Amino acid sequence: MKKKKWYNYLWIAELLYLILGLTNILFAWLGMLFFTIPLLIAIFGGGKAYCNRYCGKGQLIGILGTKLKLSRNAPPPKFLRSNWFRYGFLTFFMIMFFLMLYSTYNVFAGAPLQEAVTLLWVFKLPWQWAEVSMVAPWFAQFAFGFFGIMLTSTILELITMVLFRPKSWCVYCPMGTMTQGICKLRHGKELKAYGRTSQNDCGTSETSGQ
Amino acid sequence: MNKSPNIAHIGSECVACGCCVLVCPKDAIHIAFGITAQVDEEKCVGCKKCSKECPADVITMMKRGMHSEKKEMV
Repeated sequence: MKKKKWYNYLWIAELLYLILGLTNILFAWLGMLFFTIPLLIAIFGGGKAYCNRYCGKGQLIGILGTKLKLSRNAPPPKFLRSNWFRYGFLTFFMIMFFLMLYSTYNVFAGAPLQEAVTLLWVFKLPWQWAEVSMVAPWFAQFAFGFFGIMLTSTILELITMVLFRPKSWCVYCPMGTMTQGICKLRHGKELKAYGRTSQNDCGTSETSGQ
Repeated sequence: MNKSPNIAHIGSECVACGCCVLVCPKDAIHIAFGITAQVDEEKCVGCKKCSKECPADVITMMKRGMHSEKKEMV
């Protein structure tokens, strides 16, 4: 049994974030940390340390799927790990993110605030109980949009956790795809020099200099 | 010490999520450059824990020493 470290409990932060967001939509802004920290770590040479250690989402679905045995633990379909699907999903996710930013801009420019959280990019969930009068409408609009993205990813996480292996979301998580892409751009040549490329086999230590 | 006949082999579609690293009882796997998992042949005992955990299902067990030659699934 490996000794637990402080970052093994970051699933609590993820759970707390969802609860806080449901309590007050403005807490959705905290989710920007889950977006920016992985990117900054990857950009500044930390690789996928966020996915590997600090991702509360991954830990949470790991606990639900493994400890609570909510997962079928079945191998996922092959397309899930293919580059076309992973980068296609990332592209789709980013388009939806920028559309959310555009609607935030519209509210900034004078359009009325839409007090709804969009789930799975289609279903608009009325969220009129939120108290957002203390902030600028555009600030609240971003919170509604962003919390919709976070809830959507949570729903997808849970579905794939139940259907396949617990952490199946990690295979096509847009943040994971993006950070791995950054690492490939930064270190692809180093890895090749190290003994292999991401295009070829990557399991032996014979040529990896270890 | 006798080495196990089989060791883990990481497929090319590894997403470097690190799930295998967490479950490996021998610390035989690490994530190289944030791009892919890599197995230390010397440490790997072929317990299959990583292949059962891998969410991308890209880890297979292979005969030791077969990596750079023709792949043989076991």
